[in-house]
Amino acid sequence: MKFIDEYRQSDLARTLAGKIAEMTSRPLKLMEVCGGHTHTIFKYGIEDLLPPNIEMIHGPGCPVCVIPMGRTDDAITLAREPGVIFTTYGDAMRVPGSKMSLLDAKAAGADVRMVYSPLDALKIAKKTPDRHVIFFALGFETTSPSTAMTVLQAAKEGVENFGVFCNHITILPALKAMLDSPDLQLDGFVGPGHVSTIIGTRPYEFVPREYGKPLVVSGFEPLDILQSVYMIVKQVVEGRAEVENQYGRVVPRDGNQRALEALFEVFEPRDFFEWRGLGSIAHSGMKLRPKYAAYDAELKFSVPGLRVADPKACQCGEILKGVKKPWECKVFGTACTPETPIGSCMVSSEGACAAYYNFGRLSKVAERSAANARA
Amino acid sequence: MTEQFTPSPLFTRVERARRRKPRVRDEFITLAHGSGGKAMRELVEGLFLEYLRNPLLEKLEDQAVFQVNSSLPRLAFTTDSYVVTPIFFPGGDIGELAVNGTINDLAMSGARPLYLSAGFILEEGFPVEDLKRILVSMRDAAHEAGVEIVTGDTKVVQKGSADKIFINTSGIGVIEHSVSLSASAARAGDKVIVSGTIGDHGTTILIARGDLELETDIGSDTAPLHLLVADMLSETARLGAPDAIRCMRDPTRGGVATTLNEIALSSEVCIQIHEDRIPVREEVKGACEILGLDPLYVANEGKLIALVSGEVAEAIVGRMRQNPYGHDACIIGEVKPEPQGIVTMVTGFGGSRIVDMLVGEQLPRIC
Ligand code: SF4
Repeated sequence: MKFIDEYRQSDLARTLAGKIAEMTSRPLKLMEVCGGHTHTIFKYGIEDLLPPNIEMIHGPGCPVCVIPMGRTDDAITLAREPGVIFTTYGDAMRVPGSKMSLLDAKAAGADVRMVYSPLDALKIAKKTPDRHVIFFALGFETTSPSTAMTVLQAAKEGVENFGVFCNHITILPALKAMLDSPDLQLDGFVGPGHVSTIIGTRPYEFVPREYGKPLVVSGFEPLDILQSVYMIVKQVVEGRAEVENQYGRVVPRDGNQRALEALFEVFEPRDFFEWRGLGSIAHSGMKLRPKYAAYDAELKFSVPGLRVADPKACQCGEILKGVKKPWECKVFGTACTPETPIGSCMVSSEGACAAYYNFGRLSKVAERSAANARA
Repeated sequence: MTEQFTPSPLFTRVERARRRKPRVRDEFITLAHGSGGKAMRELVEGLFLEYLRNPLLEKLEDQAVFQVNSSLPRLAFTTDSYVVTPIFFPGGDIGELAVNGTINDLAMSGARPLYLSAGFILEEGFPVEDLKRILVSMRDAAHEAGVEIVTGDTKVVQKGSADKIFINTSGIGVIEHSVSLSASAARAGDKVIVSGTIGDHGTTILIARGDLELETDIGSDTAPLHLLVADMLSETARLGAPDAIRCMRDPTRGGVATTLNEIALSSEVCIQIHEDRIPVREEVKGACEILGLDPLYVANEGKLIALVSGEVAEAIVGRMRQNPYGHDACIIGEVKPEPQGIVTMVTGFGGSRIVDMLVGEQLPRIC
């Protein structure tokens, strides 16, 4: 039992929160880009500790939330192909497609299995040579290197009944889209931690250089996030805008060379990739290089590839951009709940809507803003 | 949000939706319907209860308590099926689980368990050796608990129609104290007691499935709890406060969070727990962290949650700690009048948040 450290932590947290409050004189809007941070912020009730003039905007960094409905439909089509074992990360199972989710497809007879890593999917492929195993590859640079390495492994071992349905995306184009969005006036960014272990901190340098905003790469413990907020506020107060690294214990400036090489070897950028609610963003998605076409499920099977419009009620786009708050969506918590999600932000606990619903229906921040909205 | 709670329209709107009558909307049964969370509640209340309704079933307790004749003591009756994979795991096996689980469901009503039944569904090809092993542990568990397995049934199904072995156990017990425990009996000022570390069983099973390649020495906590309950009841009798224990539950599937939510809803109270008082083993914490799970939602097989009057809570905890199965018992929270039907948690970090029921199965997060 860790009683002691946690008490100490909360003392430290209060001290940090106090310092942040002392420093801030004007209201600041900070965005945490990464869904993992959103999760931590809600799980530990960090917004309760922050002074009221600091507003956290929950950005587009939840890989499950930004998967467009059409791609989910494609995944379900693949999963229902005869002879296919469709493997996926757990929280992708509940994402609603236009008619059903993978979980529904499984209940209706498709062989959908949850795995913890693409290597597990490859293992299944080796064990069941008479079936075709497809891995639903999702996520940012956090997860794409392991997909790349699995493809390399499959190629090395000559496993032919394995394929990847690639939906990997990269964080930088999305960050740029946020910065270019006129309806969003942000004062700084809490930068993603896991992604940065792969890409390093250097690629973020355009944020202060071209947009004049501070960005602090942050770890995932609650204290990490508070400290990062402190570092951003300090930059603002001192009139600086730089990339700083709070997560130095894990994130090197130049990233992880081996992972980057694997990524480059296996993937190439798509011209465009659609993000749910954000629309099409140039060079933001990745696909397998022609050299690895034998492992590309999109080439081996035919997927409909239709663009499916989001349900009318859904305001996920505005939520992902931080323009609207979850409770401003008409269906939040009534028609759209974690058990009956209409939009994908309600699915993963990293999504802003689900985080508000699960952890924060009473959150002081939500209550206060709702009251302001009424006034 | 603690002392004076004024619900905003947003809160009211969401709460109204949350408490809509459970309805089964799905066309097919999914694994979520068996995971102990909201989907299962929908199945039970929206379907089973609709068709099979009667006053005893309606209470939705883990056991039915009734009296055959007003001159006889009350009896408790319960049933449960066990379908765990793997069937042998660190700290126990499916047989021991089937005996202890049913004993615990009886014990949570304050009953002394007497007789059990055991029904087996065996898959063609199941090794007799394994069945022997399971029967030995059932015999030993029954013996330790002082109950007898007095009737049973066996079916064999074709290969592929069942996963190795399923066991159903029913049990009957007698309530000798004048207690009346119910999930709807909690009131403001009560304390929330947990009998020990949480999440041990569920985490053990996940690790034992072997798809994770984690090496730990966590074992299941499967245990019979009726003697611990008996100690608690005799403590309240000694204190002259026979009604001090309002409610007891064993937080199996759905974990502590789901159990507390059920109590908060049935009793129309707010239950506030404190993260830093909840005992969780380091290994469990670590494994859950890796899996992206929350120990609050992970199953337990040898723990109980009790809601007891604030005045005697300390004394009861003291008594529980003398029992081997209550060694780590502690108070993790208290009952507040408002907001009703909600479980909140003061985080170890000093913030606060809602602890809702589990929606479906806990699905690990992607990163
Ligand atoms: S509440 Fe549901 S529909 Fe509305 S934005 Fe959130 S996820 Fe989308």
